[in-house]
Amino acid sequence: MSTKVSSVAMAAPTSAAVRSRSNLQMAARRFVRQKLGMVGFAITAILLLVAIFAPFITPYRYDFGDLIAANEFPSANHWFGTDAVGQDYFSRIIYGVRTSMLVGFMSVAISCCIGIPLGLLAGLRGGKVDFVIMRVVDVMTAFPGILFAIFLITVIGGGVSNVIFVIGLTGWVTICRLMRAQLLTLREQEWVTAARSIGASEGAIAFRHLLPNALAPLIITITLAIPSAIFTEAGLSYLGIGINEPTPSLGKMVAASADYIRVYWHLGLFPTIAIALAMLGFTFVGDGLRDALDTRSR
Amino acid sequence: MGRYIIARLGSLVFVLVAVSLIAFLLMHAVPGGPFDEKERRLPEATRQAQLAKYGLDKPLWEQYLRYMWAAVHLDFGVPFQSPTETVTGLIARTWPITIRLGLATIVVSYSLGLLFGTIAALRQNSWIDYVVTFSATLGLTVPNFVVASWLILFVAIRLGLLPTGGWGEPQHYVLPVIAYSLAPIAIVARYTRVSLLEVLRADYVRTARAKGLSERRVLTWHVARNALIPLITVILPEIPNLITGSIFIEQAFRIPGLGKFFVTSTFTRDYPMILAMVLLIAFLWGITYLITDILYATLDPRIRLSGSR
Repeated sequence: MSTKVSSVAMAAPTSAAVRSRSNLQMAARRFVRQKLGMVGFAITAILLLVAIFAPFITPYRYDFGDLIAANEFPSANHWFGTDAVGQDYFSRIIYGVRTSMLVGFMSVAISCCIGIPLGLLAGLRGGKVDFVIMRVVDVMTAFPGILFAIFLITVIGGGVSNVIFVIGLTGWVTICRLMRAQLLTLREQEWVTAARSIGASEGAIAFRHLLPNALAPLIITITLAIPSAIFTEAGLSYLGIGINEPTPSLGKMVAASADYIRVYWHLGLFPTIAIALAMLGFTFVGDGLRDALDTRSR
Repeated sequence: MGRYIIARLGSLVFVLVAVSLIAFLLMHAVPGGPFDEKERRLPEATRQAQLAKYGLDKPLWEQYLRYMWAAVHLDFGVPFQSPTETVTGLIARTWPITIRLGLATIVVSYSLGLLFGTIAALRQNSWIDYVVTFSATLGLTVPNFVVASWLILFVAIRLGLLPTGGWGEPQHYVLPVIAYSLAPIAIVARYTRVSLLEVLRADYVRTARAKGLSERRVLTWHVARNALIPLITVILPEIPNLITGSIFIEQAFRIPGLGKFFVTSTFTRDYPMILAMVLLIAFLWGITYLITDILYATLDPRIRLSGSR
């Protein structure tokens, strides 16, 4: 999908600190100018705050079922109604968002921890190291990420930490490949030859020149990896193999609503809206960043 | 070209062996087998007999080699979840359903995607362009099981227009295909737009206009032909994806296709079934990417294929 990324960081090499700050300010200004990016930023910020302060926001406990109040429609007492075992749906959605955010950020962090060093290694060392890493990448991309995640979950079982681990393990490939591609393209640029000709060491070229210039597309890719991780978690839980009870998960709630949706429409509506909002928020931010950081597409 | 294809086929075989080996080892590395039920425990002798019957008592490497030898002959064993048939039989029975759904989706999404992308590109920065671009982001972002849930809620239940799920009648196609098409429509529309815009700005298009060709002739003869080539790299790789089935769509609309069995296999730890599907999908992907690269190079003479990627 992201065939364009390699051409993204054509920004002038940032040699002086002053210069790089003004670049950053320019990018920030471009980002703010974009309406969708800002909308996404607002959605993401709200969801994050909701996730962090979940215990203070929720009016009820997420795992307390009042069977007498089961399957109630939205009301003043229960803003989003209650589910089939009488749990307050608003509280469950809030905690579901919390699960989504936790999985989204943690699994992408794992992907970065694997993908960035391997990509650096492959791109900088080349040769045999590059060959081996790229064969691993080939094997990892031999089939769709979601199927690989399902397969791994089958093997090691569900639960929040396992889901985070599995999504992290399937997600590093994109980051690794991008990092490597960036280094390969940048290495051939004239200013690298210029740096080398004035006697810069290979290490200095790698860390002072190549890395900062590879950063912009990397940030975009990482931002867009978050919604994809959120999607995978929701998907796994939707199939019934992701997050285990009693932890609320939006995907699980969508799946559970299928049996009741004919009458109790609110059970299906609210979790799907929450998933859509989370996905859209991060995607808008990612797209906004792409437009703000990509100096070529303007 | 011949050397290139051989090298690529070689790497495909490598990937298949690696994928099968990893899958095989992982599945055997975890405790718990198909006959280790906690509640209704089998008598030890029966358990041993069952293990022997499926060859699960042999050393791991022998199990793997036996499996791969049989797999080359399209014999993937017997699925634990349905022991009266073979894995090959089960796939042959359920895959056509998924393929039919996938083909309908491909036809709908590729034609609509091309149409929307073209309109957006020809009217760049107009309101149509913005609507298409924005809807494409929506279509790509909102998970298809969420869309499926909305369609069931509003179209099937509120309006009562179509069945909420099931399989067999023509009307069973409508909602699944809509939910399933949105993402590919978005992908195709986005890439069509970008690709067309790039070509529209090309020098040879300006030349064609300058020498007085009609706009229609410029668009069909110069623009369309060149803009379609890069699209191949986007459109073709989506095909194995679509015909191996969206697990979510089949789950949401209760369609008895291949994807549904992938999920049930994970619940029952159905090794033979999972391995067969993993190999099938890896094989389809590998072949499609190879065909894509060859086609791309054949159609665009500027691209030369080298030894391997």
